[in-house]
Amino acid sequence: MELIWQGFLQAFRLIVQGDPELMGIMGLSLKVSGIATVSSLLLGIPLGTVIGLGRFPGRGLVLSLVNTGMGLPPVVVGLFVSIFLWRSGPLGVLQLLYTPTAIIIAQFIIAFPVVTGLTVAAMQQVDPRFRLQLLGLGASRVQLLWQLLRETRLPMLAAVMAGFGAVISEIGASLMVGGNILGYTRVMTTATVLETAKGNFDVAIALSVILLGITFLINWGLTAIQQRGGAG
Amino acid sequence: MSDDVLAVSGLIVTYQNRTVLEVEHLAVRSQEILTIVGPNGAGKSTLLRVLALLQAPTRGEVTFQGKPVVHHPRHLLPLRRKMATVFQAPLLSDTSVHGNVALGLRFRGVPPREIDRRVRHWLDRMGIGHLADRPARTLSGGEAQRISLARAFVLEPEILFLDEPFAALDSPTRERLLADLEAVLHESGITAVFVTHELVEALRLARRVGVMMEGRILQVGSVDDVFNRPVSEAVASFVGMETILPGRVVAEHGGLAQVELPQGQMIEIVCELPPGVHVVLCVPPDEVIIASRDMLSQQTSARNQLPGLVAKVTPLGSLHRITVDCGFPIIATVTRQSALDLKLEPGREVVATFKASSLHVIRRGDIDGGDVSK
Repeated sequence: MELIWQGFLQAFRLIVQGDPELMGIMGLSLKVSGIATVSSLLLGIPLGTVIGLGRFPGRGLVLSLVNTGMGLPPVVVGLFVSIFLWRSGPLGVLQLLYTPTAIIIAQFIIAFPVVTGLTVAAMQQVDPRFRLQLLGLGASRVQLLWQLLRETRLPMLAAVMAGFGAVISEIGASLMVGGNILGYTRVMTTATVLETAKGNFDVAIALSVILLGITFLINWGLTAIQQRGGAG
Repeated sequence: MSDDVLAVSGLIVTYQNRTVLEVEHLAVRSQEILTIVGPNGAGKSTLLRVLALLQAPTRGEVTFQGKPVVHHPRHLLPLRRKMATVFQAPLLSDTSVHGNVALGLRFRGVPPREIDRRVRHWLDRMGIGHLADRPARTLSGGEAQRISLARAFVLEPEILFLDEPFAALDSPTRERLLADLEAVLHESGITAVFVTHELVEALRLARRVGVMMEGRILQVGSVDDVFNRPVSEAVASFVGMETILPGRVVAEHGGLAQVELPQGQMIEIVCELPPGVHVVLCVPPDEVIIASRDMLSQQTSARNQLPGLVAKVTPLGSLHRITVDCGFPIIATVTRQSALDLKLEPGREVVATFKASSLHVIRRGDIDGGDVSK
């Protein structure tokens, strides 16, 4: 217990002092995971809508792939992204391995199926007759889709939270494709692992507490938006 | 023809090689209320979706305001925006009552102030003005359906489609809503197509009625035509003439024909069909008088007096439905009081009496001819 208490105190101290190293790591974590999440939303929501509402051959297969992707282990993603980005790999010329961009790519691959799969589920829970009703009220194709997204804002915000939650907390991919380089690719989770390995448990606990705190604040904000709109 | 707002011809809809709808021709005239009645599963909703341009027919042509409809999103959108549809389930958006009624106007890009004015007018007209700011999905079934109606009327459509809008409501709620809808429809002079399996609703709202069964429209005509002169046995049985007797004309004299039933009884009817013609007789239940056997000797102008035994008594509120077994069942409705006075109960000997002029006669040939032409 003493150790955990020390960790809390350390966390408090680091935040109050505005420790530059910690601030850099926090900033990078938020930036990398934020960009990865937003990208996965930009692609995942349209794809999820198409799969959820559309009828096309191979739809079942695509949906199964997406659902499998929702449980993709970050280390597996890290491994394959590494292979692709290695200097001798297919995308080696881009020289992206051990850069923040590499982490963004890996985290995008983790969040994308999560967002897509939850979008599919959200779209499928809308009564198909409601779509007919909207068309009957004179909705154009774009208006119809926009209205459906509005109707599903509760599960859609859950998709945002799940996507962000998956990437801000993962370590396998960040470590493998980022390399945990101080001041460049070190993020909250990789820093926590490193400090634990070094035996600096108080710093590790402080980092964990801060990571949890950030995740809580972001989800709190999203939940507030979600519940304000929904329960009314 | 120029008076038709909407017409379909040669319409066929198939689902996986099964034909669910086959309508040779149907037109909706300007400012009329056309009701399509038929049992569940008759294809009424499918027909309505095709008419409302929400579903493309497998084959056939839809004509709206004199022009053939091209089933392509770009062409359909402006046409759909001249229409409005109310479904059985209110299908409300997860927003306020006001927001729901505003939906169609927002799709049409109407300025917000104009939207607000029209929405408030129709909310008041449907008696839900005080609920404007409430979340729509927290309201009762009747209120929800009022939102759905207001949401359609606010669009001031050229044609309004109503797909069993009251089917899910309890009967006092349905009654009030029906009365309000009736008033709005008649004062606005709107063209409407109303689909229902409830004859009472059809009778109240319609000027013209189409009877639909198994994907086909069997008869279209005035309420009087369809209910009192059904063209076929199927129509007759659906519109509530519950006693339907097949028979053959054996003699005719001076407009009065004798029809022999398969069981051997003779029925006299007012008609001028030659002997040998096969007919179906429809006896409206409220035209049948039930009397006890000892009253048989009393003078009556009714030509047909059939002795029988009461087989079944079904109470229906203030009326009782009596099934009399005369070798074939005859159904009569009598008041509760006279059922008590006559001590009507299963096994009681009675006489079922009805006038020769109270029957409706359908020529068998008409039925065969009508159906075999396919």
